[in-house]
Amino acid sequence: MKIAVLSGKGGTGKTLVSVNLASVADTCSYMDCDVEEPNGNFFFKPKEVKEKKVSVCIPVFDNTKCTGCRKCVDFCKFNALAYIKDRVFIFEEVCHSCGGCVLLCPEDAVSEKKKVIGTLEAGVSEQVHVHTGTMKTGEVSGVPIIKEMLENPLTPKDAMTFIDCPPGSACIVMESIKDVDFCVLVAEPTVFGVHNLSMVYELVKLFKKPHGVILNKCMDAENPAEAYCLEHRIPILGRIPFDKELGALNSDAKIVSRESEKYHSLFSSLLQNIMKEVAQ
Amino acid sequence: MKIAIPVNENDVKTTVCPSFGRTPYFLIYNTETRESSFLNNSAAASQGGAGILAAQTLVDQQVESVLTPRCGKNAADVLQAAQVKLYRTMNDSIEDNLTAFQAKALSPLAEIHPGFHNHGGK
Repeated sequence: MKIAVLSGKGGTGKTLVSVNLASVADTCSYMDCDVEEPNGNFFFKPKEVKEKKVSVCIPVFDNTKCTGCRKCVDFCKFNALAYIKDRVFIFEEVCHSCGGCVLLCPEDAVSEKKKVIGTLEAGVSEQVHVHTGTMKTGEVSGVPIIKEMLENPLTPKDAMTFIDCPPGSACIVMESIKDVDFCVLVAEPTVFGVHNLSMVYELVKLFKKPHGVILNKCMDAENPAEAYCLEHRIPILGRIPFDKELGALNSDAKIVSRESEKYHSLFSSLLQNIMKEVAQ
Repeated sequence: MKIAIPVNENDVKTTVCPSFGRTPYFLIYNTETRESSFLNNSAAASQGGAGILAAQTLVDQQVESVLTPRCGKNAADVLQAAQVKLYRTMNDSIEDNLTAFQAKALSPLAEIHPGFHNHGGK
């Protein structure tokens, strides 16, 4: 069972929700796919950490073999190649490592080199296998890191996996949710929160993923995110109150469900509600 | 010598387009024959690397100078590798810029921006 946690923007509570759901579950994996700013490990403080590098392939051109047929330049959909004054120029940050140029070259003039774009780490925190993907500063796409983390994790796969998605609804979020069984959308009780919720709601509909919403930072006042869920008939999985104690523990990088019985039962009941939705 | 200017329409009354890589057309002007033609910029529709493809297209057309309000780094790399000279346009008018270019009154485009890569486009 794979459960992804997403929201339209940062700061909504994805990490709070996914870290605590993992903490109240049995033996499970937590995958931090927010590779630009992973912060789940600050909460879990994993031990026995293993590490591996993630690299992509970038083409290398042998100018002595190249005859300038430009098949590679014409093929490259991302325009990562240009042919100027008898040689091919490669723009590495535009290259998507598809390998098409290598396959197509009739002169066998193109080979590949590896370029490290980030790292994967995996460690243990109580019953949770904590996985962290980190993209190197200046790299443009975290997709290969997320792919590697989800497909070839550093520890054996657990029956239950929680995926802490990157913010937004771009490629890296799509890569994070494409094989999940259920999507948990976290929403803030503001008009801006509704806008962000609607972005990820469109995405999970497009991917035909079963989904439900956790309303975070709930107060007594009117909740536009709740109204949106009712209007679009999105199941509401539960509510997390706007609460000083929770905020203080969370900002101290404490896992609230490990610190207090009250929050342990709150997240346990959220997880039960998710399981009920999945079973439907 | 052939020069190119990114322009908004394929019409003689057109104006300079603020974007290089995603300009809809390039005006190609031949300083010897004084003929101008319009080149459809196929790079404008590409998902990424528009500047690289647009620059490649101009290099393939044997353009020797480009007059543009701005240019991204990747496009500038291609143009500079092909020894195409970059000049900064003075205003939106095609005529003013062509006149100034021929009077050698246009300054070289010094600042190359890092590229918008779909974040600052329309």
